[in-house]
Amino acid sequence: MDNTPVEDYQPETTELYAKHKKIYPQNITGYFRTLKWKVSGWVMAFYFLVPWIRWDRGEGQPDQAVLASLNLGRMYVFNIEIWPQEVYYLTGILVIAAIGLFLATAMAGRVWCGFTCWQTVWTDIFVWVERKIEGDRNKRKRFDAQPWNFDKIWRKTAKQAIWIAFSLLTGAGFLFFFNDAPTTAMNLLTGTGSYEEYGFTALFAGTTYILAGFAREQVCIYMCPWPRFQGAMFDEHSLIVTYEAWRGEPRGKAKAKDLGDCVDCNLCVNVCPTGIDIRDGDQFQCIGCALCVDACNSIMTKLDRPGNLITYDSASNQMAREKGLPEKKRVIRQRTISYSFLLAAVAGLMAFGLMNRTELEINVQRDRAPLFVQLSSGEIRNGYTFKLLNMVNVPQTYTLSIGGLEGAQISVINIAKDPVKQVTLEAPGDEVSTFRVFVRVPRDSLDDRFEDMDFVLTNTNTGEVIEYGARFAGPDN
Amino acid sequence: MANIERDEVSGTDTTGHEWDGLKELNTPLPRWWLWTFYATIIYAVGAWVVYPSWPTLTTYWKGTSGYSSRVDLTNDLAAQTQERSVWTKKFAALPITEIAQDRNLQEVAMAGGKVIFADNCAPCHGSSGTGAPGYPVLADDDWLWGGSLEEIETTVRYGIRGAHDDTRVSEMPAFGDDYLTAAQIKSVAGHVLSLSGQGASSAEGAEVFENECAACHGEKGEGGRDFGAPKLNDGLWLYSSAGDDLIAQISKPKHGVMPTWEGRLDDVSIKQVSIYVHALGGGE
Repeated sequence: MDNTPVEDYQPETTELYAKHKKIYPQNITGYFRTLKWKVSGWVMAFYFLVPWIRWDRGEGQPDQAVLASLNLGRMYVFNIEIWPQEVYYLTGILVIAAIGLFLATAMAGRVWCGFTCWQTVWTDIFVWVERKIEGDRNKRKRFDAQPWNFDKIWRKTAKQAIWIAFSLLTGAGFLFFFNDAPTTAMNLLTGTGSYEEYGFTALFAGTTYILAGFAREQVCIYMCPWPRFQGAMFDEHSLIVTYEAWRGEPRGKAKAKDLGDCVDCNLCVNVCPTGIDIRDGDQFQCIGCALCVDACNSIMTKLDRPGNLITYDSASNQMAREKGLPEKKRVIRQRTISYSFLLAAVAGLMAFGLMNRTELEINVQRDRAPLFVQLSSGEIRNGYTFKLLNMVNVPQTYTLSIGGLEGAQISVINIAKDPVKQVTLEAPGDEVSTFRVFVRVPRDSLDDRFEDMDFVLTNTNTGEVIEYGARFAGPDN
Repeated sequence: MANIERDEVSGTDTTGHEWDGLKELNTPLPRWWLWTFYATIIYAVGAWVVYPSWPTLTTYWKGTSGYSSRVDLTNDLAAQTQERSVWTKKFAALPITEIAQDRNLQEVAMAGGKVIFADNCAPCHGSSGTGAPGYPVLADDDWLWGGSLEEIETTVRYGIRGAHDDTRVSEMPAFGDDYLTAAQIKSVAGHVLSLSGQGASSAEGAEVFENECAACHGEKGEGGRDFGAPKLNDGLWLYSSAGDDLIAQISKPKHGVMPTWEGRLDDVSIKQVSIYVHALGGGE
């Protein structure tokens, strides 16, 4: 290997820290800009409206359709009520979201980043406000450079005021997913809110203001981990925003002859929210928003040249076109099949779980110390902590008996003092009821140190029978 | 020797080092990152001023806010006590039987009793009342002095052969001290074992038992709770059922002592732990 130093290159004094270059994205209209506004509209609608949907759950229950109440320890999604014990549903949703992200990336590149990510959506809105008040790209640049005068002062003030107001709205909006929306809104507006309510509103408003107003593309480039590893989901058939250099180069003035299609108008650079030049090739700073596609197409249309010089297409298609080969759309491939299969499996599992979700969960813990007790009568007895989680707001009555263990009798502290074959247990609605249950059997009906048995619960109203497998410990025979 | 080159694609210099052909770009950090770092330093200095921080020769800087984690703890404990007073008042006012009937109070008693039991009772009686030779099992239905809530509370409060005036007291005579002959003791031990179906009795053993033991332990060895006399007709033994041990117990009995807990545990704790013990499985 050649390791001889390059003698003629004299490095400049390298700066340790790079000054932030403010980016002034230019406004553009086109297919992708319209699509982005539509997506933004849906994200906004979801964020600001969903907590206000009401859903009647009966007396003493929250009437908010979507609510993750930390105070009540319950998550409500319309008619579903999730208990902390069922946090795996939340895990499932996160797993689905992750695999969905992988699948979307493998198919269409950084669509999440470019269209749906809240950093992108909120930044878009902040930039829109900025543009409405200060003007488009060139005006804004001049405006920032000019000395302070009355016009600059009031415009800057107005912009900041709107930003702050919208940030506060965003901050408060976050709380509504965790607290009753109308009550919390009234608390905040009338000045009767708690420190927590104001504190969290300020926290989320502050981060919104900083991240969407100032940090913007710095979040995507320096803070977000997702761009760092999403390359693993790409292959040559994934859609990416890319420049067809073979068609565009050499770039030059529109009137000059023997040049490529690119007229070097720089519009693609001007509209870019992260300030890169897509013609330099695929870069990690590119969030795939495709605004440069809109920009380039607008120029190509004017010049009556073929469109999509900057295109939202796969690398393989671009190479095929370059070589004059037929394009191949390969949506179905090993990668997308795997992600789809995983997605379907997890979603299916979740759906199955939700459909078969019981309104009653039983938790039984057998006493470990002592494993068993010999009674005066010579019988062997085991103790169990028996929990009934009644997950609906309706009180239920159950009878409890033992199956699979001959001569078994039950006693329950404070409910059935003397051993009986069957006891009645009351489970109040939306509560966990804990019982100390003792099961005793004659010593000769035990064959092994551990015997399998069932707690048999019968709902006295519906007749539904639930069996819960447990074990019974005895001495060495 | 550093060999700094300019990377053509990015226009950034390399660090000048090379590892197995890999070169690293010397990409500068964004300056705001540096500001964030400075901001944390300024915050830290502010925190030194506001909060207790630097030691001095004799004391330490207490901070302008006067914050102290000890004060925090005191406040938290006071708040906790205040919060608990809702039910501690009920525990103090109500008799133990009524406490146990109240489902909420019962749950509080079980949670608190578990901790109190583990701290104070488990060394002898075992965790969850598994017992040990000489220390009664609390999870079974065999009680020396009674297994109702009130009886358990009395036992916990005053103890057995303890220091309190109201403590439970009984003493089995030492039959080996010129009282019974060795042969008599041996035959009565055989009779005692036969009461729970182990081995055969003898006429002499039965006679000695009736004369000397039945007054406390009952005619058929059914035990006597007034004296804390164990049942002898079940398979459960406080000490041991081995022949020699049984003879030793008759000749020179051991007498277990349970301390008086009044004064060591407060009233609320005694009630809680009594309800817990009652719920271990043997409660009557």
